[in-house]
Amino acid sequence: MDVSLYFNLPAWLRVTLQGVAVIVVLFPLAAACSMAERKISAWIQGRPGPNRTIPPFLAWIPVVAPLLQKLGLFQLAADGGKFVFKEDPIPGHVNKVYFVLAPILAMIPALTTIAVVPFGAYLDSAGRTVPLVLANVDVGILAVFAVASLSVYSVILAGWASNSKYPFLGGVRASAQLISYELSMTLSVLPVFLWVNAPGGPGTLSLFDAVQSQSQPGFWGGMWYGVLMPVSAFIFLVALFAETNRQPFDMPESEADLVGGFHTEYGAFKWSLFFVAEYCHMIVGSGVFVLLFLGGWNPLPWVSLETLAGWLHLAGSPVLTGVLATLLFLGKVVAFIFFFMWVRWTLPRFRYDQVMKLGWQKLLPLSIANLIVYAIVIALIERA
Amino acid sequence: MADLLFYVLGGVTLGTAALTVLSRNAVNSAMFFLLSLLATAGLFVLLDAYLLAALLVLVYAGAVVALFLFIIMLLDMQGGVRPPFTRATIAAAVAATGLLTVAVLGFVKRAQLSVAPVSPDLPVVGASLKAYAAQLFTTYLLPVQVVGFLLLIAMLGVIVLSKRVEGLEDIK
Repeated sequence: MDVSLYFNLPAWLRVTLQGVAVIVVLFPLAAACSMAERKISAWIQGRPGPNRTIPPFLAWIPVVAPLLQKLGLFQLAADGGKFVFKEDPIPGHVNKVYFVLAPILAMIPALTTIAVVPFGAYLDSAGRTVPLVLANVDVGILAVFAVASLSVYSVILAGWASNSKYPFLGGVRASAQLISYELSMTLSVLPVFLWVNAPGGPGTLSLFDAVQSQSQPGFWGGMWYGVLMPVSAFIFLVALFAETNRQPFDMPESEADLVGGFHTEYGAFKWSLFFVAEYCHMIVGSGVFVLLFLGGWNPLPWVSLETLAGWLHLAGSPVLTGVLATLLFLGKVVAFIFFFMWVRWTLPRFRYDQVMKLGWQKLLPLSIANLIVYAIVIALIERA
Repeated sequence: MADLLFYVLGGVTLGTAALTVLSRNAVNSAMFFLLSLLATAGLFVLLDAYLLAALLVLVYAGAVVALFLFIIMLLDMQGGVRPPFTRATIAAAVAATGLLTVAVLGFVKRAQLSVAPVSPDLPVVGASLKAYAAQLFTTYLLPVQVVGFLLLIAMLGVIVLSKRVEGLEDIK
């Protein structure tokens, strides 16, 4: 396959095209997640879910159209159209600047973090693995955490600017919750990078290197960190649920006691931006979890991408291995998002004091103990 | 390109820093402070200090300002009526402004920055994580320890101050 035409384009155009391509995939994926959530919640609760909507001009197609209708795919389009075209009111009692700014601030970190998250890799003609990522920076995971930590402002500002009681409570809860769980989240990934940075290495926090160190030959080299460091993976998982405001941690929304939480006063397009941003966060967060603990684009533990490409006789083709790796990665991410939804429709919501107690009194000491134990063990292994 | 970015980011840093002080609304102040921090992080990126930029955003922009906002919202601090200036405050303000002006002028006039030769093999310590960490744990170990100790004392102070003490009996 000839790809030289693309590489002859000027660099700025290529970078722009890559960025647009990633957003063009991420944005509809987030929208599709909202539909998947409705269908999965329906299946878990034993009801059919959205299965009626169909545009009349497509209804004549025999097999495909009824199938898509049953899966609710046209409902997704109808929802999207509704959010774009319906009237977008701004209540009279709000602080207009921050009220409009908040949904935009929700989208910016959600779409920025994807720039440093590798979503695949390809084998070049020399057999080396090259990451598919917009910016393969050395500080990888720190950049993800840094940008993701900015997403708290959209919730706080939305709650404050709405100038009414329930959104305000939602915003205050969000600021306390997100900060509390950031600590455990950051501490939980430290053992992974202690293990990745073997002595003599270049020293890195890059997510690509974390995946590469899970695709080495041998028993220890091919093991995924989810198996090697289950406590880290568990803490990261719980903190991820809290950071993305997902049930059982959705304190900022908490429909049962806060009406709609921080977005009570929002409607139409602005509300849908919050919604899509939440799913973007889930997708990026799942991606980071898959990269750190579930082997990234390696199909199975102890079976790396190179091995699979060798079995399928794809080793010489960068494009095909790239597609294969991206599909494997996306498959894992989608499975993980299903897990998110599964948990949401299974567990009841925590009370607010339970959220705080869990974060500060259980998860934080556990993550510190986990870090100390792994630091000692890794030091002993490396001395031996 | 880098020069233009420097001027833009520097301008944003200074402008938003000034607005932080001048805003009447505490929430506006916090948001301008956030912008100022983000622009400073951008300046660090221009200096190839990626780790420093990421940490600045993660700790200050991501957590500290969020806590500021949390407190502002929780206590509903909206300025209120300012006490009028007294002679003592005016005298203190004039003295402080004078001292600051003298200090800045003295620095600008007398400070000597030797123009270092820019060579490509000059080690860029901030750009590489490993080099940065090595510096922290060798050359700058003492400052790191001192700062850590200061933070510990600050934390203990907060715990002592915020703990409700009913009578002298409770302290024992």
